Amino acid sequence: MLHDSPPIEGTEIDVAGARKVRHPWRWVASVVLLVLLAQLVHMLVTNENFEWGVVASYLNAQIIGQGLLMTLELTVIAMFIGILGGVLVAIGRLSENPLLRAVCSGYVWFFRGTPLLVQLVFWYNMSALMPQLSIGIPFGPAFAQFETNSVITPMTAAILGLGLNEIAYMAEIVRGGLITVDGGQQEAAAALGMGRGRTLRRIVLPQAMRFIVPPTGSQVINMAKATSLVSVIALADLLYTVQSVYNRTFQTIPLLLVACIWYLVITSVLYIGQSFIERHYAKGSTRAAPQGFLAFALLRRRKPVRSE
Amino acid sequence: MTTPMVHASQVRKSFGPLEVLRGIDLDVAPGEVVVVLGPSGSGKSTFLRCVNHLESIDGGSIHVAGELIGHRVHGRTVHHLRPSRITAQRRHIGMVFQQFNLFPHLTVLGNIIEAPVGVAGAAKADALRHARELLDRVGLAEKADAYPKQLSGGQQQRVAIARALAMRPKLMLFDEPTSALDPELVGEVLQTMKKLAEDGLTMVVVTHEIGFAREVADRVVFMDGGVIVEQGPPAEVLDNPRTERTKAFLNQVR
Ligand SMILES: Nc1ncnc2c1ncn2[C@@H]1O[C@H](COP(=O)(O)OP(=O)(O)O)[C@@H](O)[C@H]1O
Ligand SMILES: [Mg+2]
Repeated sequence: MLHDSPPIEGTEIDVAGARKVRHPWRWVASVVLLVLLAQLVHMLVTNENFEWGVVASYLNAQIIGQGLLMTLELTVIAMFIGILGGVLVAIGRLSENPLLRAVCSGYVWFFRGTPLLVQLVFWYNMSALMPQLSIGIPFGPAFAQFETNSVITPMTAAILGLGLNEIAYMAEIVRGGLITVDGGQQEAAAALGMGRGRTLRRIVLPQAMRFIVPPTGSQVINMAKATSLVSVIALADLLYTVQSVYNRTFQTIPLLLVACIWYLVITSVLYIGQSFIERHYAKGSTRAAPQGFLAFALLRRRKPVRSE
Repeated sequence: MTTPMVHASQVRKSFGPLEVLRGIDLDVAPGEVVVVLGPSGSGKSTFLRCVNHLESIDGGSIHVAGELIGHRVHGRTVHHLRPSRITAQRRHIGMVFQQFNLFPHLTVLGNIIEAPVGVAGAAKADALRHARELLDRVGLAEKADAYPKQLSGGQQQRVAIARALAMRPKLMLFDEPTSALDPELVGEVLQTMKKLAEDGLTMVVVTHEIGFAREVADRVVFMDGGVIVEQGPPAEVLDNPRTERTKAFLNQVR
């Protein structure tokens, strides 16, 4: 017997209106959480050290806006370098040339294996290692020479530090995406007389995108926050800007709150964008794939499928 | 005497210590349909892949339509061709795979026009017109805008055939085109291939479909252990095999 109650004689069983299973512990947990939340809100409101008035007055101050712009600019430039370089290094790691493979693997090993903060400070202090930079024939005469300090400004140090580091992470993401594409795809392309570059661009990369785009979205969100590290090399990003203000006014907590609020705004916007893109790339893998607006906008060549 | 479409001479190929092709001689005349039979692991796929240089060969030579594949002769020395030249040679040789290998991110039409537009320099409008003709020919005119995942295996394989035909190949290679299909879908693909044969296309077909060999092939080639054991008209090889190995194989697949 599978059930322990006797069948009800003479009537058909109807499960409509069956009693729900009770979950008393859910109620307990909910009450505890509500109490904790109430405490948190109470603290935020009543603790005067938050100085919400100061927070409000700085939230859209011009100087904060400039720091915010710098943070956004660094995020965009570093991600641009990271994605472009990441694709190249990933292709290098999958190359048939063993030296190229080794160099690209070494690159990833080094830049993922040392802290980003150390790398940033390192680039900032380039002049200590090489006081002068020159362009010329390797081991031969130089055509042009520069003072390192005039080339490696805090801005270039930040871009180098963030960008070169990001290349290593993006290379791993892109490589992971590329190797998910079935080898038969390259064979089919080769049999049709397509060259390697064309096959990569038209056949392999578009398919790998499904596996590359979602983690890249996470990388952008991480990058937006990681840019705050550049404050240690005196580049006026969002964090450095609030620091410079509270060093004068000693309103440390409210100004850090201003920074937090803006970082949350940036990452929330990015997060929403990411979930849109993820949904789009999840759609590509199902049998009946209706193409939404975003799909159409991102991949112009695709026409919506007409189902008959 | 016309130039043979395929002229393979003493083709040898090894993977590491494993010698997979041990001196294959095979000529295929223009318009001829050759069916290659043989037990699994006998080197049938490898031989097909050597014909369009998806695999390089270690010895002997392969000519397709009079052109030496993968190499060039300069004076008395033979050189390897550079990749771009090999790529160009493949454009005249169509290939259909067991696993279809359609491009899943492109529609049926996108799959078919990709190579003609991308590498053969066809105008897009012409390529699209040709693609629709080909889809008509393989009986899938109404599936032009579908994605591969929305098609059955048999339909996918017919699209793959249309895709290969879009490059107007002189020669078509089929590597077990129906082996990955549910039994009820095999017929539609074989029917499509039969039509191509009747239209005079030169075809080399690796298959286990004895019925197809009997009905469509001009010649049946039996391979085993990296050599051609026996060949001849289908009636001869299939009904009166001369070697024990052929007999044993035919008894198994029937
Ligand atoms: N890329 C490869 N590397 C190593 N061995 C291979 C490779 N391709 C095929 N082989 C081997 O070569 C032999 C012949 O394979 P194949 O040509 O696929 O046979 P068939 O198509 O007749 O079944 C098999 O033993 C197979 O394992
Ligand atoms: Mg095979």
